Amino acid sequence: MKKASLVMIVGSALLMGLFVFPLWNIELGAPQYPEPLGINIYINGLQGQSEFDIQNIDGLNHYIGMKTLPKPEDMWEFSVFPLVIGGMVSLGVLFGVLGYFDKISYHWFFGWFILMTILGVLGMYDFNAWLLDYGTNLDPKAIMKLVNPDGTPMSYKPPLLGHQKMLNFDAYSYPRLGAYFMFLGMCLTLIAGYLGWKYKKASNLYYST
Amino acid sequence: MKKYHYYMMALIGVAMIISSCGNGSNKSSSNGALGSSAAEKVYVAPGQQDEFYAFLSGGYSGNLTVYGLPSGRMFKEIPVFSQFPTSGYGYSEETKPMLNTSFGFVPWDDAHHPDISQTNGELDGRWIFINGNNTPRVARINLSTFETEEIIEVPNSAGNHSSSFITENTEYVVAGTRFSVPVPQKDMPINEYKGNFKGALTFISVEQEHGNMDIKFQLLMPGFNYDLSHPGRGDSHGWFFFTTYNTEEANSLMEVNSSQNDKDFIAAVNWKKIEEYVNNGGGTKMPADYAHNVYDEGTHMGTSTMKKEVLTVDPLKVPGAVFFLPTPKSPHGCDVDPTGQYIIGNGKLSADLTVHSFDKMIVAIEDEKFDGEAYGIPILKFEDVLAGTVKSGGLGPLHTEFDEKGNAYTTFFISSEVVKWKLGTWEVIDRKPTFYSVGHLMIPGGNSRKPFGKYVVAMNKITKDRYLPTGPEMEHSAQIYDISGEKMELIYDFPTHGEPHYAAGCPAELLAPKSKKIYRLDDNKHPYAVSNPSEARVERNGKEVHIYMSTIRSHFTPDNIEGVKVGDKVYFHITNHEQDFDVPHGFSIIGQNTSELLVMPGQTKTSIWEPKKVGVWPFYCTDFCSALHQEMQGYVRVSPANSDIELSWSLGE
Repeated sequence: MKKASLVMIVGSALLMGLFVFPLWNIELGAPQYPEPLGINIYINGLQGQSEFDIQNIDGLNHYIGMKTLPKPEDMWEFSVFPLVIGGMVSLGVLFGVLGYFDKISYHWFFGWFILMTILGVLGMYDFNAWLLDYGTNLDPKAIMKLVNPDGTPMSYKPPLLGHQKMLNFDAYSYPRLGAYFMFLGMCLTLIAGYLGWKYKKASNLYYST
Repeated sequence: MKKYHYYMMALIGVAMIISSCGNGSNKSSSNGALGSSAAEKVYVAPGQQDEFYAFLSGGYSGNLTVYGLPSGRMFKEIPVFSQFPTSGYGYSEETKPMLNTSFGFVPWDDAHHPDISQTNGELDGRWIFINGNNTPRVARINLSTFETEEIIEVPNSAGNHSSSFITENTEYVVAGTRFSVPVPQKDMPINEYKGNFKGALTFISVEQEHGNMDIKFQLLMPGFNYDLSHPGRGDSHGWFFFTTYNTEEANSLMEVNSSQNDKDFIAAVNWKKIEEYVNNGGGTKMPADYAHNVYDEGTHMGTSTMKKEVLTVDPLKVPGAVFFLPTPKSPHGCDVDPTGQYIIGNGKLSADLTVHSFDKMIVAIEDEKFDGEAYGIPILKFEDVLAGTVKSGGLGPLHTEFDEKGNAYTTFFISSEVVKWKLGTWEVIDRKPTFYSVGHLMIPGGNSRKPFGKYVVAMNKITKDRYLPTGPEMEHSAQIYDISGEKMELIYDFPTHGEPHYAAGCPAELLAPKSKKIYRLDDNKHPYAVSNPSEARVERNGKEVHIYMSTIRSHFTPDNIEGVKVGDKVYFHITNHEQDFDVPHGFSIIGQNTSELLVMPGQTKTSIWEPKKVGVWPFYCTDFCSALHQEMQGYVRVSPANSDIELSWSLGE
């Protein structure tokens, strides 16, 4: 159980990477942007991939009537997400420490993992809703009003994951280092649960003989 | 749980996509069967970039043009000594001071010899200098903005031709006079030239951090014509060499009368010795009148200061500082090899090249083996300093550049060819014709301690039938030769702008990575800049109206202005608020008696408009900045001079 607990501590602590590295990245390339514009999405706000990218993306988006990209104070997510991640890191480390001293069982590790997964899915859902809002909730006085072949207004929502062609832009949306840290950390917590279960099974066998 | 696995799988999938398509560059390697064809050698495929920058002087265009090698594609014309309506250089209020001189505003010059700054004799790519020949000036161009930052006028000089060559750590940029004149200028008979005129060799110090120029001293030499020059390097660092002609000191029908002496001189100047003399209080301060113009990147503004004094040095007062090396037949080019050992004088009226030895010169000086003197300056014996003669078989040698393998390349104007020869053995290795009558040639780094001997560019004076005819007046032609092998190979021929005299080149990687993309708006200290469109406004000060205007794709703020009157002097101060690479905005207004402005991202430029007619007059952006460029326009209402309409301005109301 000691090994499982240490893995649990390391795994949940890896989520701290989200405070340093971007979670996600959306890149916009076009013929006249051979060096693509890009947004790095952190849990506490957006940053340009290059220094003036946010400003330049906003400049281009005004043609289609898109809102300017949110500052940290414009979205509750940017103040809540750091608290949630910080809370989950503390909780995970706490579970690990308690497990180390045999105060709690491996079930808590799985419990943490399930909670984190639910939060992750909710986060992705929220992120997608945000993209949808930005991509479709456009200024009616927009300079360019483009419609689909069926007459419905064109959506400028970037993909949640992967590539999509939007007018002259190729939009790419992929996780970045922060997400990989989270992914790796969550895997480790799952492994921690598994190790705890194996240890329990082995000791049960030991005691039952 | 199931959902989570889905999510996890997606992440894994993404990671694999990312790692598998990381660097999707598909640069074609091109060493097929045609690997040695000329076309293959100069072909830079669409989207690919050149290996070298080449900066060709524009001659009478007054400017400097930037090309790529080996493609011969032109990238930019950098305005230096001439007004340039394309960008508003010399027309905008900020850049007019750059063309100020002691003769007032001079809108043009004859730009000759660019030279890239050096450290330890190697190109360092900080700045490029170029001289104005007609109204003697030296300019410094910043090689991260590719814009002219400084111009200093050279007093007591006339025909600033043996310029703007730099010493091996860019300590000095040199400006030697081609025409000797009375110093100081005075009203006197022309035919009393002989013995009375002086030739000023000016050493301009370069401040190492920002490059600011200041005249350290002027050496007042006998009244010969100081034609070209180059610095010593390596062991000969500390010396400068100038070719002379008209040692006859003729003042009329010069083509005959200054070609009489069998030998003229190369003047060897020990500038370190003179620097020491000056630093110890030597020299004579003399009243002078010259402009020093500096452009500040922070304020985006040039200022012109008139200087009133210059320090002159009489060469006779500094023993051991100046010697004459006899050199046959009105030598033109004066070139020093990468080791600094050989000084090549190209006697333009002879068939041969004269090569002097620096070591032999030092020995001759130490042994005081002089062959008389000229105006008190010792003349060394020709035989004592001669290292060798290149018997080329060509006619009219002008200029020599070097590769890193001990070869030299000399242009021959009269026989129209480039001749490759070996330093030390003086044997001719190869010769190739040029089209036609070549002047200068350039190998990137070919006048430094570290040449990049892959290409030589020959810049010709005569074009004739090389391209489709364009009437009597044509651009000059240049040829590129591959010099990587034993024999030179002509691989390309391209027209050049103006009349390139000298050129300077360097590897692309020295400059490309530090080339600026934008000016930062938050660093803009222009007094009339607007940092935010909300600060855009119009102010009246008597008859002066100042419009603080900002631009961003695609509108001006403000774009409707009323309350301007006939007889007003309207200043449009345009700040480009873009912070995106290659998104300039332009500005022009109907009836403007000046050029447009082309304003780079983050920059502020000012144009004056003096409305003469009542009406509503449009202005617009001259640069196709976006899909809505055509909409980027505005109106100024001009009322009669006695109107009482108040100033007002707006956007989108």
